[in-house]
Amino acid sequence: MSILINKNTRVITQGITGKTGQFHTRMCREYANGAACFVAGVNPKKAGEDFEGVPIFGTVAEAKAQTGATVSVIYVPPAGAADAIWEAVAADLDLVICITEGIPVRDMVVVRDRMRKEKRKTKLIGPNCPGVITPDEIKIGIMPGHIHKKGRIGVVSRSGTLTYEAVAQLTELGLGQSTAVGIGGDPVNGLKHRDVLELFNDDADTDAVVMIGEIGGNDEETAARWAKDHMVKPVVGFIAGVTAPPGKRMGHAGAIISGGQGTAQEKLAVLEECRIKTTKNPSEIGKLLKSVI
Amino acid sequence: MKIHEYQGKEILNKFGVPVPKGQVAFSTDEAVQAAEKLGRPVSVVKAQIHAGGRGKGGGVKLARSIDEVRTLADEMLGMQLITHQTSPEGQTVRRLWIEEGADIHKEFYAGIVIDREKQLPCLMVSSEGGMDIEEVAAKTPDKIHKFWIDPEQGLTEAQAKEAATNIGIPDASIPQAVAILQGLAKAFWDTDASLLEINPLILEKSGKLKALDAKFNFDSNALFRHPEIVALRDLDEENPDEIEASQYDLSYIALDGNIGCLVNGAGLAMATMDTIKLFGGMPANFLDVGGGATTEKVTAAFKIMLRNSQVKGILVNIFGGIMRCDVIAEGIVTAVRETSLNVPLVVRMKGTNEEIGKRLLKESGLPIIAADNMGEAAQKIVDAVTGA
Repeated sequence: MSILINKNTRVITQGITGKTGQFHTRMCREYANGAACFVAGVNPKKAGEDFEGVPIFGTVAEAKAQTGATVSVIYVPPAGAADAIWEAVAADLDLVICITEGIPVRDMVVVRDRMRKEKRKTKLIGPNCPGVITPDEIKIGIMPGHIHKKGRIGVVSRSGTLTYEAVAQLTELGLGQSTAVGIGGDPVNGLKHRDVLELFNDDADTDAVVMIGEIGGNDEETAARWAKDHMVKPVVGFIAGVTAPPGKRMGHAGAIISGGQGTAQEKLAVLEECRIKTTKNPSEIGKLLKSVI
Repeated sequence: MKIHEYQGKEILNKFGVPVPKGQVAFSTDEAVQAAEKLGRPVSVVKAQIHAGGRGKGGGVKLARSIDEVRTLADEMLGMQLITHQTSPEGQTVRRLWIEEGADIHKEFYAGIVIDREKQLPCLMVSSEGGMDIEEVAAKTPDKIHKFWIDPEQGLTEAQAKEAATNIGIPDASIPQAVAILQGLAKAFWDTDASLLEINPLILEKSGKLKALDAKFNFDSNALFRHPEIVALRDLDEENPDEIEASQYDLSYIALDGNIGCLVNGAGLAMATMDTIKLFGGMPANFLDVGGGATTEKVTAAFKIMLRNSQVKGILVNIFGGIMRCDVIAEGIVTAVRETSLNVPLVVRMKGTNEEIGKRLLKESGLPIIAADNMGEAAQKIVDAVTGA
């Protein structure tokens, strides 16, 4: 098993005709069962056409009805990305993975508010994330497939390349991954660390989890406190930004220490308090995980 | 993006939030003219910089005559104003706001931010106006009242009324307070602000409420739909290197250390800075070259880092995913040659086409120190910089 996605997942790509959408759809289709998994694209202006054999539909609802797909991935540019998320939610997909970086926070507040008010079942990953991969089965997003290896370690992170770093270390140590989830670097997003930990906790094929966080907000603290009471599997953590100055946005929109809140030191302290082992050396994330299993 | 107090007050005015009368001045003469035009017995000379704590730093002063306005304006324009939010050198004062003196009876606090947990805007009000709100939150959290704003309804009248009552605004002024708080909520939402803070919101003896200060931060992701906000940007208040970096689509933040670092990805960039510190060094900057690290971008990044005379060494840390290590290696070689690099350079690259990338660096004949992992890379650059 795995969490969220597997080789039987069928995927709609929103924004398939843009440069990024085309490039990554190609890469995803080349990975494992990708050719069978990526079954539809959406672009209202190009309905009826196809992208390298993938049929393009006018709407997500139509793509779902025609192909039975239950998951979508979004590469739509920032100004229209929140609407694209809503379209997927309104079509009752199970999961929407939004890769787009740079969506206005207000747009995300509106979408998330509506999802809550209408009690929508759709899970959202991202935005501003690398996506989700279940090694040797399916890759949905922009991560490099070849550094992954099938296995039993779950990975959840707010960052892109730092996740690849951790995954590569695990793979080098012979520790494969059940699923790796990038939840994204934006302040208002979908699934949080806590939600993903819960999924890994319930997954029979995950033995331990690497949680990678960074400055800003309190997702990591919330997750750690939840893990302390509920997690039956070991979790190790790394928090980036010990040297980050307050009040500065460190690349990711959500990576900012504001009002003295959201420092790496504070997060590390809570993680340790909740019996989650951490390392200050990002080169040793793999080793740390190995030490707890 | 940040703006000046006076610009914030202009926005507030448009949303029906009363502010004291005033005028911006770029010179002593303009300051004097502004005070004459106001024609009040007391005026306030306020230095306009993008940092808080101006009062304590000597950037807000009362003038009881036109001559005093002249003297104060003379002193303040061009001064380096140092506050707890500026760099140790302070920020040069280039603009003043000349404002009518206020008749302060009581001071309150009102602020709006995005609550990341609830994913909604949150209005915070307090009776402890004029104080550092973080201190109030730490010492007397019960004196801060929070109201979450529904995106569809905005701040409701009932919420605004409760907020005003909670902080002890007298009955007679409640209707005005409701209008002000609703105006703030609308201003925050309509301008895509990420922070709006009024500290203090004052009650005059007459019973009138006014915003005596105004602090706005805006969501930079939303600026594309706010040309009117972009027009308020003051480049003098920003770090010139950070501005230049943004033109190359590089995310750069200057820091105090002496080891420059160039990394792809924000999380990995922070982790690299942290590793430098862990091995006894201090990072000179945060620099994320992003996904498309072209030769042009890498060269620009090197030039920007090297402009900082503190930089005694550079660490490049690349995880090649979609971005191939050989492409990055070519960029590095070109950048080193173009900038005639004369400080130690450690390169750690990992991922796609790693071997070709490493070979290209080696064959270049340049004195590039290779490292296999982040820890080793940090150790090597720290050693090189300290001469160990």
